[in-house]
Order: sequence, then structure tokens, then C-alpha cells
Amino acid sequence: MQPEEYQQLVQENLPPRPIVKNMLWAFFVGGLICTIGQVVLTIAQNFERTKDEAAAVTLAAMILLGTILTALGVYDEIAEKAGAGVAVPITGFANTVTSAAMDFRREGFLLGMGSKMFVIAGPVIVYGILSGFVVALIKSLVLGLF
Amino acid sequence: MGNRLGTRTLTFSRGPRITSRYTLVGPREGKGPYALDFHEILADDSLGQKTAEKTERLMLELAIAKTLEQHDTSIDELHFLIAGDLLNQITTSCLAASTHAVPFIGIYGACSTFAEALGLGAVLLQGDFAEQVLIGTASHYQTAERQFRYPIELNVQHIRTNQVTVTGAAAAILSFADRGPRITHATFGTVVDMGLKDPHDMGSAMAPAAFRTIKEHLADTGRTLADYDIVLTGDLGRQGSKMLRLLLEREGFEGLERLQDGGSQIFGDWQPVGAGGSGAACVAVMTLGYILNALESAKAKRVLIVATGALLSALTVLQGESIPCIAHAIALEQ
Repeated sequence: MQPEEYQQLVQENLPPRPIVKNMLWAFFVGGLICTIGQVVLTIAQNFERTKDEAAAVTLAAMILLGTILTALGVYDEIAEKAGAGVAVPITGFANTVTSAAMDFRREGFLLGMGSKMFVIAGPVIVYGILSGFVVALIKSLVLGLF
Repeated sequence: MGNRLGTRTLTFSRGPRITSRYTLVGPREGKGPYALDFHEILADDSLGQKTAEKTERLMLELAIAKTLEQHDTSIDELHFLIAGDLLNQITTSCLAASTHAVPFIGIYGACSTFAEALGLGAVLLQGDFAEQVLIGTASHYQTAERQFRYPIELNVQHIRTNQVTVTGAAAAILSFADRGPRITHATFGTVVDMGLKDPHDMGSAMAPAAFRTIKEHLADTGRTLADYDIVLTGDLGRQGSKMLRLLLEREGFEGLERLQDGGSQIFGDWQPVGAGGSGAACVAVMTLGYILNALESAKAKRVLIVATGALLSALTVLQGESIPCIAHAIALEQ
């Protein structure tokens, strides 16, 4: 059998992806995380002077939550069901950093944890900054022209 | 070439046997349907070690020590140690071997390593190069996950074709002692690359390798699948097993009901493991546990082990290379 023919056969016989189920899980678990964030924000606004400061407190609280759930070994279990629902919020970002830090701790603090901590989160930061720059550039060009 | 049969198969007329064996598995494997076939189930998957790599090494050392104990032989009487594992530079095997002063042959065949060791051991015995050969292999879910995939606690949603690396170790002594099943044939496979690139579906990539080795083995020996009570493929998982059946059906092979798969069966349907198990230890513990128990209790008289391996690395995947695969077949008789 030719490779192309076999690749076609594999494509025809892959198990179906449970897209609807995955989407529902992601929607509700992701929504739950956002609701928790909103509750924290509402509370924080009571004792922080500006909305920005309250938002900073909220982000820190959600990062702490993601980190604790990762350290307890729970976050990846939830992700198995909720997929993007837990990968997209900032708790997911905290999970990428914490999980890498936990893994590479065994190779030492400096060359292990220190250098490999951002092995998953690194691309998010790099391309996050890059896309932010590009969007800002487009915005200033468009606003500058008109 | 009196020891060859057909184009690829080797025959062992002197009757080397698997004369003692030991299997140990992690807690997840111990909750699967074959738990009673293993010699030991670990209560936790760390064994009190600081790193999973150390645990993997300790598991292999334990399996070797227990095998020697059962065989009532000392390490000095062994002529060779053949071992391999999944980690870079097969460090688990090298470190475990460093505790024994036995000539060491380190091998790598990914998840097919065990069958490779079994075949090479039988060759050394048949060729009168050794009287007792120790073989062993180990894998650990966490070490494989780290090396080939992502950090353990990362938020990854596994898809249904994904396989989970088995935590376990197995060792055996091959000799001419008058007990245990005989190794009658070995068919070492060729590397097959069908151009598949998805590291999350290694079963589909490996199925053509298993298919080719089975086809060649049957052609060389003049046997059919029905001549074996069990044909145990290693680690194709549910998806790979499905593809192998399709390939065999297309060419009109009969006796497909004899096919079983270590990767599909080591875990139960109720366990969240995607398409099943994989890893160097998977086919090793299933063979030395389940299959050898079946042979000893006469539930099976003749068995063919077809261990498959996906010969990829974390780098080749990132560089867009396809996955070369291999399968080695070993025939065992009561």
C-alpha cells in the first residue's frame, strides 16, 4: 500500500472528536472561572481606590488560584474535560508557568527551573507582545492618517 | 544459514527458554483488568524517589533483582544483560546496568525494545555465545511525558488517539533450563514509514509496521494467524489495532479473532487513557505477566508477540519529520 493511500485510510478511520461536548465543557468551566474573577473584582473594588488597582488584585488572585490548583495536581485533571475553558483564562497561563517550574525543579534552581520555567509560556509572551505592537502600530497609522 | 527460515525469520532449534521473569507495574496499571497477572503492583509511582527518572531506574533494578532471586542464580553466572528504555541515551538501563558487572548490551527500539531484547537474547543462546542472558526494560509515565510531550501538570486535553505511557518494569532470564516457554522464532522487522506525522496518533503510524512483520513472519513459517492461540501486538492501542485489522482484512488474512493488543488491554475501558497504554514496559509486562501465565496454565499453547515501536524523538516531531516505525515478532511455545 502506498503511503498516500494509507494516510487516506487513517483519515477515514479516526475516531470522531466530541466537539459539542468539548465546547459545552469549555463554555461552562471557562465561564465559572470568569464568574469567580468577577466576584473577586467586585469585592476588590470596595477597598481599592481605582478600577485598575482592583483589576490588578483580581489578576493576582486568579494567578494564585491557578498556581495552587496546579500545585495540588488538580488543574490538569480539570483540563482533561474542560480543554480551552481552563487554558484560555489567566489561570491557564499560571498553570503553564507553574507546571514547567515543578517539572524542571529536579534539574536544579538555576539551569532547571530558572531557565525552563517559561518553556510553555514563553511563546505566549513573545507573540503576545509582538501582536500588541503590530495592533498598536496599525492603530496609530490609521488614526494618524485620518 | 541453518538458523534462518524464509526471508526474515530466525529459528531457534536449541530451544532457548524464558526461565524466570518478574513484572512490576504502577498503581494505574494495577487497577486495570490484568492486575492479577503482574508479580507486583506499586502502591505509589514514586517509590520514595526524588525524581521520576530515579524511580524508573529503581523499578528496573528491582525487576532484575527479583528475577535473579527467582532463578536462584548469581549475577556472575550471567553472560549478558540486554536492556533498553525510552529515555535519551537509554540512561535508565545504563544506570541500572552500572550496578552489575555483566557485559551490557544497551538497545533502543522504543516500545518494541522488549521483543528486540528477547530476540537478541535467543540469538546469543542459539549461537552458543551465552548460556544465560538477562533482559530487562522499564518505562514511567512521568519520564516519558516530560521527554516526549509536556510538563506533567500542564493543562492538556488528550484526544482519543493518544496513548498513556505505562509505568512498569520487567526482566527475564533466558537460558536452556528445563522450564518456561520456548522461544521458537524471531522475525526482526524493517522500518516502515507511511508518512504519518501526528505524535498524538502513534497507533495508526505503527500499524503498517506490525502488518508487515506479521505478513513476513507468516509467509516465512508457512503459518496462519489461526496457528497461534494469541497474537499479541504491542501498544498499537485501540486506534492502531483498528488500523491493523483493516490492513489484514484488505489482504484477506483470516483468524483475526486471535489478535489481542497489549496497549488496548492493559487498561480498562473505565480508565481515562485515550486509546490505551504504550511505553517500553507495556508489551513487556503483558508478555511476561499475562502471556506467560497463559502459556504456563496451558490456556494458550503457542503465542506470537508483535511488539511495535514508534522511532520518533521530540526534535524530529518539531522539525516536521514523519514517524518511522518498527515491529519485531517473537513466537513462544509452551
